[in-house]
Amino acid sequence: MPNNLRSKLADIRAKMAPVINLRNKGGTGNEIHILVCHGTGCTSSKSPALITKFRELVEEYHLENVRVIQTGCFGLCSKGPVVIIRPDDTFYSHVSVDDCREIIENHIIGKQPVSRLLVKDVTGLMVRRLNDLSFYKKQLRIALKNCGVIDPENIDEYIGADGYKALEKCLFELTPTQIIDQIRASGLRGRGGAGFPTGRKWAFTAAAKGDIKYVVCNADEGDPGAFMDRSILEGDPHCVLEAMTIAGYAIGATKGFIYIRAEYPIAVARLKVALKQAREYGLLGEAIFGTDFSFDIEIRLGAGAFVCGEETALLESIEGKRGQPRVKPPFPAQSGLFGKPTLINNVETYANITKIILYGYDWFNAIGTATSKGTKVFALGGNVNNIGLVEVPMGTTLREIVYDIGGGIPGGHQFKAAQTGGPSGGCIPAEHIDTPIDYESLMAIGSMMGSGGLIVMDDTKCMVDIARFYLEFTVAESCGKCTPCRIGTKRMLEILERICAGKANGDDIYKLEKLANVVKHASICGLGQSAPNPVLSTLKYFRDEYNEHVYHHHCATGTCKALTTIQIDPLLCKGCGLCKRNCPVNAIRGETRQAHHIDTSICIQCGACMAACPFHAISR
Amino acid sequence: MVHLTIDHKPVEVPEGTTILAAAKSIGIDIPTLCFLKDINEAGDCRMCLVEVKGQRGFATSCIQKVEEGMDVLTNSIDVIEARRTILDLILSNHHRDCLTCVRNGHCELSDLARKFNVQHIEYEGEMTTHTVDDHSPSLIRDFNKCILCRRCVSTCNRIQGIGAIDCINRGFHSTISTTYDLSLNDVNCTFCGQCITACPTGALREKESIKDVWAALNDPDTICIAQTAPAVRVALGELFGQKIGTNVTGQMVSAIKHLGFDYVFDTNTGADMTIMEEAHEFIERLNNHGVLPMMTSCSPAWIRYAEKNYPELLDHLSSCKSPQMMFGAMIKSYFAQTKGIDPEKIKVVSIMPCVAKKAEILRPEMEVNGLRDVDFVLTTRELGRMIDYANIDFNELPDADFDDPLPLASGAGAIFGTSGGVMEAALRTAADWISGETLQKLDYSAVRGMEKIKEASVTINGQTIKVAVASSLKSAATIMDSIKNGACEYHFVEIMSCPGGCIMGGGQPIKNSKTQSSIDIAKRRSAALYDIDQASTIRKSHENPVVKAMYENFFGQPGSEVAHHYLHTHYHMHPKYNIPEDTQ
Repeated sequence: MPNNLRSKLADIRAKMAPVINLRNKGGTGNEIHILVCHGTGCTSSKSPALITKFRELVEEYHLENVRVIQTGCFGLCSKGPVVIIRPDDTFYSHVSVDDCREIIENHIIGKQPVSRLLVKDVTGLMVRRLNDLSFYKKQLRIALKNCGVIDPENIDEYIGADGYKALEKCLFELTPTQIIDQIRASGLRGRGGAGFPTGRKWAFTAAAKGDIKYVVCNADEGDPGAFMDRSILEGDPHCVLEAMTIAGYAIGATKGFIYIRAEYPIAVARLKVALKQAREYGLLGEAIFGTDFSFDIEIRLGAGAFVCGEETALLESIEGKRGQPRVKPPFPAQSGLFGKPTLINNVETYANITKIILYGYDWFNAIGTATSKGTKVFALGGNVNNIGLVEVPMGTTLREIVYDIGGGIPGGHQFKAAQTGGPSGGCIPAEHIDTPIDYESLMAIGSMMGSGGLIVMDDTKCMVDIARFYLEFTVAESCGKCTPCRIGTKRMLEILERICAGKANGDDIYKLEKLANVVKHASICGLGQSAPNPVLSTLKYFRDEYNEHVYHHHCATGTCKALTTIQIDPLLCKGCGLCKRNCPVNAIRGETRQAHHIDTSICIQCGACMAACPFHAISR
Repeated sequence: MVHLTIDHKPVEVPEGTTILAAAKSIGIDIPTLCFLKDINEAGDCRMCLVEVKGQRGFATSCIQKVEEGMDVLTNSIDVIEARRTILDLILSNHHRDCLTCVRNGHCELSDLARKFNVQHIEYEGEMTTHTVDDHSPSLIRDFNKCILCRRCVSTCNRIQGIGAIDCINRGFHSTISTTYDLSLNDVNCTFCGQCITACPTGALREKESIKDVWAALNDPDTICIAQTAPAVRVALGELFGQKIGTNVTGQMVSAIKHLGFDYVFDTNTGADMTIMEEAHEFIERLNNHGVLPMMTSCSPAWIRYAEKNYPELLDHLSSCKSPQMMFGAMIKSYFAQTKGIDPEKIKVVSIMPCVAKKAEILRPEMEVNGLRDVDFVLTTRELGRMIDYANIDFNELPDADFDDPLPLASGAGAIFGTSGGVMEAALRTAADWISGETLQKLDYSAVRGMEKIKEASVTINGQTIKVAVASSLKSAATIMDSIKNGACEYHFVEIMSCPGGCIMGGGQPIKNSKTQSSIDIAKRRSAALYDIDQASTIRKSHENPVVKAMYENFFGQPGSEVAHHYLHTHYHMHPKYNIPEDTQ
């Protein structure tokens, strides 16, 4: 069959064209698609039940023109479960099973949207169409192109959306060298964090001597709060398989591995389905498209160690060993999996490949900044209104992401800092909010692109505590192989704990800074080398807070309990006694209609009194 | 050749050289800690960091290879301060009871602390604490002193092929452990003790028998008899500052006598006895279609390894006890009888280069007529400690001779201490016995040397005998596997657990990483043994008059019933792991 594969794919594309058109641009026929997000976020808020319910209702009302489709992530995860109606592009949020009948009866049959399920935009207005939401307006979806558009478990939908066209083009029209040249010319850089030029990596691996080579996909996304790769694999698994196959052809490998954490059950299941379908179609396996190129992919599950996201630790883990990094050089391109030249890219990097091949390296190269091309997917979280997955052109400023896309800071609070790159990145203060995001500019302000976690922090956050929090993570996730990371991060954490507990002295800040620099420069792998970033960046931008903690024994945000006292302003206190009644430890004294006061030796700083006081007389 | 500069000095080295080795070639010393040449080259400790111009972060000099035009700085202030901080971190989680540590005075960590002028710990903090594992009769693991260099892990896994230990847990709580965190006693450990000689600190050490031996020496009713293994005499001097490979037999005997032993004998004589029995057993097997290849049984870690891993091949092992056990059994029978001493009053103390010997003497089989063959085993290092404790100035001691009535051993017995020695000794005797002549051929150089597996063919009376000599348990496994799959054509195989043989045993003086990488210790100690052999008047075991007398007066013929009663043993399957029910 493989010889007929090209015509088979062409037939599928012709057949699927109206479907894909309806999903992307709005169809003209009378067919209606109800798209229900079946990503991890919406699934955890019970979206699969919606699919079942909608299908029952469609049957009940004999709606032959209506199809219910499971898709990957739409991005606006905080509004989930999300349902989108095509072709009219209506965006429903927080949909429950009880809402399904109303949507079918009022919207599908009655043509009247259910306005109570629409999203209230940052403008305060209810918005009906997905494309009118400010959340989507500044986004440019390349890696996420098919996410939320196609059914990830239906290979025909992927093929309909130009799937496997890039592979076909590579095998029949391009030589491996031409492919590598195009990737290089596109300016694509690794999306896993360090931003190494992808084309160069491919060229190195292609040039490496060895009859056996491997292609590896790093899907061990470990940053807390990051879910870019998961969403791509859940929403568009075939685009990664196709890109890996192209990579195999380009570098001369016949075998690929996807290393994915077992905590991503949906993504793993989708990958398994996709692999099975691709093999059935002859898109993986022996003699692909009837050519002499063979390639297949295996899944390897990780047990969730953060360090296994580091490429050499990942390779060790695939080999069945303890996940520990190797000293580089040699780099994986020279000596990687089982000692063979290995190309290793992360999920998002692969997700860009097919588009570069199909739409041209010059198209891709035109997007972004001078040094960073294309887009970047971010998992936007923290103190921001629109929590979710966003993809923006490189060069978009932090302000645009936080305010235009993210809808600003909730609760009337001020933006204080943003953490990019998770525990490996740094805190970017408000003074740099207009920095255009690319690899170099983030590095220049002491942070890093990282894999794409973006946590927004408001003015209630203590930056010393934030540094402590991130370091606690890296200390727990250090593999223990090299001294600076194993003991150094632990000692840094101990100093931070002392500072937060009010037990540090001025010397500790200098010791912390000195140790942070040693750990950064002396650790074996990226985990240790980047672990000090949250500390160094907060020391750089928020040193006053450190000083305040150490010299004045005060934490202005009240986060560090040992460094705050809660006081009642006697001028504002009316003596109503509400605080006294709400105090769980009986720390408040005072006669009725007399000013009250807090016994700080008993107070546990819980803040219950502050919440209870109707006169705002109590503050930290 | 690759050209580069190190500390502004040009250097030319072959491709594939590490920065560390390149620096050494022009006399620039870079500190190391986890590095152990050819064994552990992982770059974990980070003490060897250097600056390479244009490279992000520091470079790991112990493993990074030189490149053309490289510009290396080994002593910039940044590098030195980073190393100092790293050392501080290691010390901050090291139980620093250095004055009461067995490695006091020869610890690689304390050497570095002195070098870096560490007078206080800058980054004090939480310390990990571990229970000391002292359940095995041979080794003590005190991981409160472990610095996670993993030299022991690499030795156990890569050199010995055992894999009894590896890293468990993560980050700060990483530690070296065994299957289910069991005692070494209950896992696949063979007690070879190679981990001890790999350890830079006091985390691994032998289980001492010094107190017991002092007690025996101080008991007026006990007759204390020492026997010294061949490898001890060519290493003991190192503990007192003598050159590696110095033969200190005379001073050693003298020192042991100073300690108060009643008799000092030579295990080399026991080795001669072993040859009598083993050569006889081999000829018997050869002539009567017995199980071949026959494998030597002198090395107790090898016996434990075979019992745990190849129980179906145990009939390949010679039934001969090891020299120390034969010698012990002989002391409490023939010697006691000759001297008219009540054997109950005798305590035999073996001074061995080995920690597995401590476990060997506890085997239930090692007992004849209700008397334990050997009572205590001291390692070479323990003997050194006793000599120090007794305040004996070892280097000033005059030479002394082994005692009558067992003053003599052959040169064949001496070379038992080096890989290939048992085979050579056996061939000298077997060749004479098979041919029925006294042959001139003495040197079988094909079985000499430090290669892990050596092969030779010997033709005696037109019969070709294929022999092999393997040292290290990994090499032993290669041979056992070839027997298992029917590919083995050898008739006779010598196996020594430790690479190079007993001279490199787990009870020998510990040499630091620098010495291990710059000096071929095995070669030097081995050469000293071959010198002893060369200088001996008797070079064949069966020509040793002392041994001849033993057989004439007591054992009868080699392989006789009496000889079997005293000098032979048997083997049985050992479970690889003893995993408690509640763990399973």
